[in-house]
Amino acid sequence: MQLTDDERAMADGRDGPAVQRAMDLLQRYGRALGAERLVATNNIVASVSATTPFMRDFARRKGGMDAVFSEFSLDSADVVTIPKIRAFTTHTQLGFVPDEPERMGVDEATVQFYRQGEAFITGLGVQATNTCTPYQVGNLPTRGEHCAWMESSAVIYCNSVLGARTNTEGRESVGAAMLTGRIPYWGYHLDANRRGTHHVVLETTVESTSDWGLLGYWIGDQVQERVPVVEGVKCIPNLARLKHFGAAASSSGGVEMAHLVGITPEAPNLEAAFGGNRPIETLRFGAAEHRATWEKINATGKDTQVDYVMLGCPHYTMEQLWEAARLIEGRKVNADCELWIFTARAIKSIADQNGTTKILEDAGAHLMTDSCSAMSRAVPKGTRVAAFDSAKQAHYLPAILGLQAWYGGVDECIDAACTGRWQGRFA
Amino acid sequence: MSTESMIVLRGRCVVPGRSEGQALVTRDRISGWGGIDSRTGTIVETRHELRGVSFAGKVLVFPGAKGSSGWSNAFHLTRVFGVAPAAMLFNEMTTKIALGAVVTRAPAMTDFDRDPLGCIENGDWITVDADRGVVEIHKTLRPA
Repeated sequence: MQLTDDERAMADGRDGPAVQRAMDLLQRYGRALGAERLVATNNIVASVSATTPFMRDFARRKGGMDAVFSEFSLDSADVVTIPKIRAFTTHTQLGFVPDEPERMGVDEATVQFYRQGEAFITGLGVQATNTCTPYQVGNLPTRGEHCAWMESSAVIYCNSVLGARTNTEGRESVGAAMLTGRIPYWGYHLDANRRGTHHVVLETTVESTSDWGLLGYWIGDQVQERVPVVEGVKCIPNLARLKHFGAAASSSGGVEMAHLVGITPEAPNLEAAFGGNRPIETLRFGAAEHRATWEKINATGKDTQVDYVMLGCPHYTMEQLWEAARLIEGRKVNADCELWIFTARAIKSIADQNGTTKILEDAGAHLMTDSCSAMSRAVPKGTRVAAFDSAKQAHYLPAILGLQAWYGGVDECIDAACTGRWQGRFA
Repeated sequence: MSTESMIVLRGRCVVPGRSEGQALVTRDRISGWGGIDSRTGTIVETRHELRGVSFAGKVLVFPGAKGSSGWSNAFHLTRVFGVAPAAMLFNEMTTKIALGAVVTRAPAMTDFDRDPLGCIENGDWITVDADRGVVEIHKTLRPA
């Protein structure tokens, strides 16, 4: 792989052993990919946190948080002291909600260890945004900006909606990137790989957030990790709808980039979206596909008595919190059901000031930050049946926790929380 | 009473090194986070054809990676727990699998001159020399 003089100096140890280990990993990774060079980046979304008892024991035995970072963020064979980071980095969601150990089913020692780790990583300069939606809370890259992001739902949003450029990175590559400001120049960093491969024609109305989740879920299943070009969008989707679309498409498949003709920045028209590619296939999303996808995502739902309703995957927007508050104000969560809502810390602080949090909590809902049920594997005790407005949670939670999942709109979810019964229907 | 035949594949080195072991073959892509148990090296994904099977010490032959960005970390942990595969042979290059293979530190190869899924079967004895880009498939043929 070609290195610049600056990169060569980092590889040779000019900036100390941790940066040297980071360059060693980036070269091994770049060679594995077949990349010809690295690209400069100053925008990283990373998971660095340590939230498990295993990590706590590892830190204790091997030399503290430097040891955890050396092994799990740099793939270094030896323990090196980690210096302050070089590239702007925001943190992804966590493995639990640190403020809610009881609901998360973790002990105080685990929370203490997490806090120690958080002090370490914020001390390095990582921003503790702790969200799967960095683009909501100040990490909003510019079109064309080279990034190194983890979290599949954020990656597809970054590439498709923002027109910034990232591959799906992992814990070790973002660890190396934050110390060096470099990532392999491969995949979605290059124009040629961003062009459409599959033509998707909408033949039914896709409007609600629930519709967008179903469309994403169907597309991911159809195209796997290729690049769909969606034509025929009549109602311009807002932030929440694009977020749910991307999270669904990156769960049922591995979609990292999608074009919506006339809406997303690299698809002013059909020709531009394909950029000279001949579509591999033309797929039609009509009423039949829409209904079949709704039935598929609801396949594990059998019992209509609902124990748990979760909202906030990906982390709820300010607008979605406001909408949920409007729907639930003056009502109460049923005694046999729980309603948990997840958002980013920064958004919750506004909801707190605004009174939105109070409306939700007066109704019996719990507004939490930093995590979600899939990441924390935490649901209310005894949950057998759950309801979601997220195709991603409805996809993962039956597999992870063996529960039944219902999928529908936020109105259906809030009705379920307040009545304890699922009455959602395909609309 | 058995005879042996050998097939040779050539491909591109992803992670250098040499190792050998019994083949574990799947046509399903593998999920890292949520798809494997890193403590035992076992595939746990609900609808996966290898659900419940451990790849520890095996030469894992598969199409490629899918799922969460936690893929590399999940395989990294298999090395820390001593249950990593002996080698990885796969067809579809992605950032997930490249990084995952690198941090697993087991020899890995891709871009073969023949599809390994078409000529490697469970139980074949495989030697991988990623430095030279050569895979030897030793088949034990039982007399009819």
